[in-house]
Amino acid sequence: MKLVTAIVKPFKLDEVRDVLKGMGVEGMTITEVQGFGRQRGQTEVYRGAEYTVNFVPKVRLEVLLSADAVDGIVEAIVEAARTGKIGDGKIWVTDVEGVTRIRTGEKGSDAL
Amino acid sequence: MPEIDSGDTAWVLMSIALVLFMVPGLAFFYAGMVRSKNVLGMLMQNFFSLGLVSVLWVLLGFSLAFGEDLGGGFVGALDFVGLAGLGEIPGLEGALTIPPIAFVAFQMMFAVITPALITGAIADRMKFAAWVVFLAVWSVLVYAPVAHWVFSPGGWLFQRGALDFAGGTVVHINAGVAALALIVVLGRRRGWPGEAMPPHSLPLTLLGTGILWFGWFGFNAGSALGANGLAAQALINTHIAAAAGMCGWLLVERIKDGKATTLGGASGAVAGLVAITPCAGFVNTMSALAIGAVAGAVCFLAIQLKYRLRYDDSLDVVAVHLVGGIIGSVLLGVFADAGVNDAAPDGLLFGGNAELLVNQFIAVGATLAFSGILSLVLAKVIDLAIGLRVDEDDEAQGLDTTQHAETAYSFGDVRSLGRVA
Repeated sequence: MKLVTAIVKPFKLDEVRDVLKGMGVEGMTITEVQGFGRQRGQTEVYRGAEYTVNFVPKVRLEVLLSADAVDGIVEAIVEAARTGKIGDGKIWVTDVEGVTRIRTGEKGSDAL
Repeated sequence: MPEIDSGDTAWVLMSIALVLFMVPGLAFFYAGMVRSKNVLGMLMQNFFSLGLVSVLWVLLGFSLAFGEDLGGGFVGALDFVGLAGLGEIPGLEGALTIPPIAFVAFQMMFAVITPALITGAIADRMKFAAWVVFLAVWSVLVYAPVAHWVFSPGGWLFQRGALDFAGGTVVHINAGVAALALIVVLGRRRGWPGEAMPPHSLPLTLLGTGILWFGWFGFNAGSALGANGLAAQALINTHIAAAAGMCGWLLVERIKDGKATTLGGASGAVAGLVAITPCAGFVNTMSALAIGAVAGAVCFLAIQLKYRLRYDDSLDVVAVHLVGGIIGSVLLGVFADAGVNDAAPDGLLFGGNAELLVNQFIAVGATLAFSGILSLVLAKVIDLAIGLRVDEDDEAQGLDTTQHAETAYSFGDVRSLGRVA
């Protein structure tokens, strides 16, 4: 089993969700996060004082998948979240040792 | 006793409530501009003026400000302590068409909001206890005498012929220079000016601005002390100066910084309101427009002073209230128009008369010197006695939890978990 973690632009979240749902993904977790990458922060001005905001808001989404589904899902996220402009985000995949569904106690791929 | 006029009384009673409402307006104007950990600290420094200064006013302040002059026009006698024996107001016998007690209440609201203006300069770092002491002593030893000089017919500036319709010197210059004196002793916020300290909620600031603007109709038009043409003139002057102040600020800001900001719009309106305060009942509408526009533009530029001179006037009380108050008080010597109010002489523009302008400069200078020096001494004494500042850890954690044991914003389920101790 794999955990796919993607950092995407907040306004792209709905598109990503729709695509993944259409591909049979059963659930995901999202978190509002802030950070920086190659995209620089933005500048704000308050009564003439300029502030650089170093961390820009993003959404982190996490999806648990069986290993064979990973490549297709990553491609789908890339497709849905891309604007072509700097700051589109990143996706990484990690191994997951085990998964348990709390309600039933099911384990492994049954719990996905 | 003069005839009590019900219409005049109704308008002044209404104005008392309008000016009262400026206190939460000011509190939210400021509170939106601080970081979320200092919101309650800022609100409370303002709100508590309603608690403390109101009490001091009826006990002592009113008598010092409007009691029989003790000689020299410096301060009133103690014959109205506790409002005992309140009859007619000395110097206004036969002139008031409202009950003297309404006059007491109207002036009380001015005494309440004036020190509250100072809080914008000291944001994020002053101990609440130290602020309470400053507030109490300042309102009695600084505000009441200056109000006597200018507003009481026995006061020396009043006698000289210096004009102040609703508080350019008494309110704005007085509070503005006191703010400057207090921050000289208090020092800068840790991290200023290198560290970003952006406003946590400009919507609150805009809401506060709207409330201030609304309440200012009572402040200025109420100062006519009657429901009459003068009040109407003061009201439209107030409104047009705020409007022109907003335009002036935004125009210069757009040219200089490239964007017209919401905070700039709010600040420009307040700058216009400040500058028209001394002039409201003495100038015509076009003069009010000019005064407001000049104040909006100049107050915006005056913000740079704190960066040049390295004093941390956190929310720009000096640039808006001190500079705006001086602009209004001085320009009154230029724009005063006896055709608007025959209680005043023509100024430079309409009568070619420089005498009023000279008196205005004297009033400005006297207020600056008296309030500035006394505030500086008072701040120093409080600092030595109990300390003005919160300690480093408390400043980092914020005033809300460290001074008041509360949090302004409690969002989310996790935040509200916990057990009662």
